[in-house]
Amino acid sequence: MSTLIDGLSLGVIYALIALGYTMVYGIAKMLNFAHGDIIMVGAYSVFATLALCGLAFPAILVAVIVCVLLGISVERVAYRPLRGASPLAVLITAIGVSYLLQSIAQLIFGAKPRTVELFSFTPIRIGNSTISGASLLTLGVCIVIMAALTLFVNRTKTGHAMLAVSEDRGAAQLMGINVNRIIMLTFAIGSALAAFASVFYLLYIPSVNPTLGSMPGIKAFTAAVIGGIGSIPGAMIGGVLLGLIETICLRVPALAPFTTSIEFGLLIVILLFKPTGLLGKRRREKV
Amino acid sequence: MALLEVTGLEVSYGPIKAIRGVDFSVNQGEIVALIGANGAGKTTIMHALCNLIGKQAGKVMFDGQDITAIPAHKLVPMGMAQVPEGRRIFQELTVSENLTLGAYTRKDKAEINATLEEVYQRFPILKERQKQIAGTLSGGEQQMLAMSRALMSHPKLLLLDEPSMGLSPLYVSNIFEMIQEVNKSGTTVLLVEQNAKQALAIANRAYVLEIGVISKTGTGKELLNDDSIRRAYLGG
Repeated sequence: MSTLIDGLSLGVIYALIALGYTMVYGIAKMLNFAHGDIIMVGAYSVFATLALCGLAFPAILVAVIVCVLLGISVERVAYRPLRGASPLAVLITAIGVSYLLQSIAQLIFGAKPRTVELFSFTPIRIGNSTISGASLLTLGVCIVIMAALTLFVNRTKTGHAMLAVSEDRGAAQLMGINVNRIIMLTFAIGSALAAFASVFYLLYIPSVNPTLGSMPGIKAFTAAVIGGIGSIPGAMIGGVLLGLIETICLRVPALAPFTTSIEFGLLIVILLFKPTGLLGKRRREKV
Repeated sequence: MALLEVTGLEVSYGPIKAIRGVDFSVNQGEIVALIGANGAGKTTIMHALCNLIGKQAGKVMFDGQDITAIPAHKLVPMGMAQVPEGRRIFQELTVSENLTLGAYTRKDKAEINATLEEVYQRFPILKERQKQIAGTLSGGEQQMLAMSRALMSHPKLLLLDEPSMGLSPLYVSNIFEMIQEVNKSGTTVLLVEQNAKQALAIANRAYVLEIGVISKTGTGKELLNDDSIRRAYLGG
């Protein structure tokens, strides 16, 4: 029971991050490898605000604001000038942005890990199993966030515009949709999700360092690819699947040392059988 | 004064000059056809008008304003809508979602719904299928949807790029009838077609495009009866 809840809650954290990858890929057609480092910036924002005022909720708010502004600026300064450039150039730029953010964090906060105590939870007892309060909170809030995102994308005019840009950028422009604005919005949403992910990640591992974003970033990227990159429900399913597998493996002593290998092995197996991921669509060739 | 006035338009793809100085105009209320063989540059002109691709030279005036460098998405609220080649409806969205996206730049919900009702009245099949995913429609229905989607923005000028492409003969004549109806209800039409015969039959005026330059112009009737045009485009 507790393994299930912990696994699901780690899974929804991955899902939040994976949504950032998948939405940016779907709409801007680029892999934003600096996305993991947005989580790191979010975590440091929490850390710094806590150090200044000691209150958790302002810290979360600051993290969201900082991440959204950062996401929008990175898109504006680094990626927008490359619109229409070769995908490789964009990819290398994204890796550059990633190193830049890590270096800036190291300059400001130093390389040493710092401890962050956000909330303290008392474990909840149900029958004879104990469930972590942090996991339950993570699970609850993330489900609400993902439900809200799904409604936003599928039910609002702006959400439809995002789907339209994702499917056919040229045709979307002919509808009067400002593609640059939609891409900016996508980066803003992805970064806000990353900020929330950073908060929950701190509940899971209460420590910050400049490369904190790499591992969850890579795992969430894997989750996005497993689910079918570009697909919003795919990112959610991929994230939850990966979180469950990771948690289960870590609790089985024989498997624990191989957890990461198993996760990435799963990616390879799924890509062998479904090259576009679980929910990915095969792109139809244009006539 | 012309609603659309294009002067000295030049477009290149890298070192290749696709459009080499083209002038044409479309007057209020007209149907103007741009005909030519594959590769003559018809679609290139359509894309350049809406700034989906860049121009090397030339000037485009629309409704008294210089739109040479205005980005595509700002042209829609000015009254210029385009149905692109190959229809390019949003395959994964429903019919009604496609139509509402056509009215993306309009604000008044009541007016949008009124236009939607007009569309549904003209094409009952679209109303019947409003909840259906657009990718599941037949080619002809998709073309109806693409044209209706463009009309949802209430354009002054409708640009149609190869509306008859890939359709069955029955649907082709349907589409040409539809173009005439749209024109009668007050929308000016610029039509790009390979199907020269039918395009010329409904056009007030037409231009013949040959490898990036305009080789001939006249009324639809004149060109239909022109011997060289008959030989080149109408099968003798």
